[in-house]
Amino acid sequence: MATAVSTRARYLADFATREREGALERPSWLGPLRRAAISTFAEAGFPTTREEDWRYTNLAPLAQMPFTPVQTHEPPELSGTTVARLGIEGADWPRLVFVDGRYARRASTPTRQTLADGVRISSLADAMQADAGHGDGARLERHLARHAKPDGNVFAALNTAFVEDGALVEVRADTAASQPIELVFVARTPGVLAQPRILVIAERGSRVTIVERYVALVDDAYFTNVVTEVAIGPGASVDHYVVQEQSVRAFHVATLHAAIERDGSFSTCGVTLGGRLARTTLTAEFRGEGGAAALRGLYVIEGTQHVDHHVTVDHAVPRCTSRQLYKGVLDGSARAVFNGRIVVRPDAQKTDANQTNKHLLLSDGVEVDTKPQLEIFADDVKCTHGAAEGQLAPEPLFYLRSRGLAEPAARALLTYGFAREVVERIAPVPLQAYVDRQLRALTERLLQRSDRTAVEAAPSTKENR
Amino acid sequence: MLEIRSLSAGVAGKAILRNIDLDVRAGEVHAVMGPNGSGKSTLAQVLAGHPAYTVTGGEVRYRGEDLLAMSPERRARAGVFLAFQYPVEIPGVSNATFLKAAVNEVRAERGLEELDAMEFLEVLEQKLKLVEMDRSFLSRPVNEGFSGGEKKRNEILQMAVLEPTLAILDETDSGLDIDALRVVAHGVNRLRRPDKAMILITHYQRILQYLEPDHVHVLFDGRIVRSGSKDLALELERRGYDWIREDLAVAARPA
Ligand SMILES: Nc1ncnc2c1ncn2[C@@H]1O[C@H](COP(=O)(O)OP(=O)(O)OP(=O)(O)O)[C@@H](O)[C@H]1O
Ligand SMILES: [Mg+2]
Repeated sequence: MATAVSTRARYLADFATREREGALERPSWLGPLRRAAISTFAEAGFPTTREEDWRYTNLAPLAQMPFTPVQTHEPPELSGTTVARLGIEGADWPRLVFVDGRYARRASTPTRQTLADGVRISSLADAMQADAGHGDGARLERHLARHAKPDGNVFAALNTAFVEDGALVEVRADTAASQPIELVFVARTPGVLAQPRILVIAERGSRVTIVERYVALVDDAYFTNVVTEVAIGPGASVDHYVVQEQSVRAFHVATLHAAIERDGSFSTCGVTLGGRLARTTLTAEFRGEGGAAALRGLYVIEGTQHVDHHVTVDHAVPRCTSRQLYKGVLDGSARAVFNGRIVVRPDAQKTDANQTNKHLLLSDGVEVDTKPQLEIFADDVKCTHGAAEGQLAPEPLFYLRSRGLAEPAARALLTYGFAREVVERIAPVPLQAYVDRQLRALTERLLQRSDRTAVEAAPSTKENR
Repeated sequence: MLEIRSLSAGVAGKAILRNIDLDVRAGEVHAVMGPNGSGKSTLAQVLAGHPAYTVTGGEVRYRGEDLLAMSPERRARAGVFLAFQYPVEIPGVSNATFLKAAVNEVRAERGLEELDAMEFLEVLEQKLKLVEMDRSFLSRPVNEGFSGGEKKRNEILQMAVLEPTLAILDETDSGLDIDALRVVAHGVNRLRRPDKAMILITHYQRILQYLEPDHVHVLFDGRIVRSGSKDLALELERRGYDWIREDLAVAARPA
C-alpha cells in the first residue's frame, strides 16, 4: 500500500521538521516521550486487519488520505453566531472551544471567573507553556502520556508524538466542581488532522464532570485523533461524557484511559452519532481496591458508517466493580464492532464485573461483530456478560400501531425506546435533554424513509418484519 | 356501526374463527363470552388489524367502510380501540410520550390541531382522575413493571384519552381487584355515548352489572352459538358452559 507508506512517511517528516525547530522540548520532559512515541508509530505504522485488535476495522481509507495539521498559526476564531449555535440549551456551564484541534480562546468561557476555587481549567498549550517557563507543571509531567501508553496503541503514539493543544482539567483534593466542564471540538477545515489531548486530574476525594463534544461545520473528510487521560485519585469521582457528531465523512479515533485509585469511581458514556469511521479504545484500569467503573455507550448509525469499540477493564486489584452497557442501532449498511475485554488478574479477588452489549438491526444490510473477551485469573469473582441482537419485536409494533401511530413512527418510537436505557443515565439535565432531542430526530429521520402511504394501504394480513 | 359478515380467520395456518356474524349499532354495548380458547381475543385482534392473523373469509364494515382493508393505524385513527387482554410493555418510552404521540395522530385524523405540551397535560390530568391513576405512571415506561391491574387501568386511560367510537375491551376486568373494577367500570360508563359503541369480552357477570350490555353473545369453538339479552350472562354464570356444549351436541345429532 504505497500511499499508506507515504502517509506514514509524511508524519515522520513532519516530526523531523518539528525536531529541527526545537518544538519537541516544549516542555523539556516531553522530548523523550515524543521520540519514543514516534518510533512506535514508525515501526508499526497504521494497523491492518491482520492485527487482532483491528480485524473488523479496515483503516486503509484513513491511511491513504494525507491529513495534515492545520497550516496557519493564526489563533482560531469563530463568528458569534457559530459560537452561539455550539451551545446546548440550558447549559450555562464553563466551555472550552477548540477549532481543528486548537484552543479558541475568544469562543471559550473565561474560565477563571466561572469556577470554584480548586478547579483549574486551561488549554493544554497554555499549561505546557507555563510549565516550560517556570516549572509549575509537576503534575502535568506526572500524568501526561503516563496513562494512555503509546506501546500497542499506534494512535495514542501519534497523538503523543505531536501533542500540542487540548485541555487540562485539575480538581484539587476534596473539591467538587459545581458544574460540568464542557470541551467542544469543532471541525472547520476539510482535510485536517486534529490531535487534541485531554488530561483530567482529579485529586483525592474530588468530584468533576467532563463533557467532550465533537461537532462539524463541514461535511468533508478530516481526521480527529484524540487521547483523553483521566487520573482519578483515592475516593475521587469523575463522570465523563462524549457526544460525537462528526461529519459522515470524518474519521474519528479516540483513546480514553482512566486510571482509578483506591475507592475512586469513574463513569463514561459515549454517544456516537457521526463519523464515517469511529473507533474508541477505552481502558479502565483499577489501581487500588474498592474502585468502581461504569462504562456506557450508544451508537446510532446508518449508511456506511462504521463504529468500533474496544473496551478493556483491567481488574488488577481486589474488590472493584465494573459495569458495561453498550447499545447500538444500525441501519442501511452500517457496521458495528464491539470487543469487550475484562481482565481479572490473579490478585483481584472479589471482582464484580458485568458487560452487556445489545444491537438493534433496522435493516438486512448491517453487520455486527461483537466479542466478549473474559480473561479471569482469580477464583472468587463475579463476572457476567450478555450480548443480544435483533430486530424490532412485532408485538410492541402492533401495540403502537393500534393506537394510531403509522408504522414508521411506531418503529422510530421503539428504536428511541431501545436507546433510552443509555440516555436516561446521563446525569446533567441539559445534556440528557440535548441527546434525547438528537436521538428523537435521528430515529424519526431513519424511519420516515419507509413509504407511509404504502404501509397504510397494506391489508391486515401483511406479515410483520 | 360495525357489521361482521361470515368472518373466518386463523393464525399460523390454524382456523380459529368460523363464520362470525355480528351487528353493533351506535349506542350499543355487546358482551362476548365463551370458554378459554374459543376465539374471543382472536376476534378482537382481527378487528384491530393484528398482522399475524389471516382473514380467510367474510367481511367487516365499520361505518360503511371496509375495515379489513385498513391498516391498524388507520383503524385506530378512525376510532377503533382495542384494550388488550395482555397489554404490551414498551421499554424506554414513557407513558406520556406514547399517549401524546397517539392522541395527536388521532386528532390529526379528526382535523383537530396537535395538542401542545401544556394542553396535553391538562387533558391528561382529567383522564387520570377518571381512572383514579397516579400521575407518576406518566413518566414510567409504557406498562413496564406495571402490575396486572395497573396495566388494565392504563388501557382504559388510553381509551379515555383517545375517545374511540368503537371500543373493544378484551377481558379488561380480569385481574382487577374489587375496587379497581368499580373504578374502571365507572370510567368506561362515563365514556359511553349514543354515538359510540362497545364490545366487552369477559368471563364474568360482575362487570356486566355495571355496564349493562344490550346483547350478550357466546363464542364457542370459533362460532357464535348463542345470542341473547343480559340474562344470558346470568344464566352462564349460574350454569357454566356445559349445557351449551350439550345443546350443540344434540343439535349436531342426525334426527
Ligand atoms: N399466535 C397464535 N399462534 C397459535 N395459536 C394461537 C395464536 N393465537 C391464538 N391461538 C389459538 O387460537 C385459539 C383461540 O385463542 P384466543 O386467544 O382467541 O382465545 P380466547 O377466547 O381469547 O381465550 P381466553 O379466554 O383464554 O382469553 C386458542 O386455541 C389459541 O391457542
Ligand atoms: Mg382472550
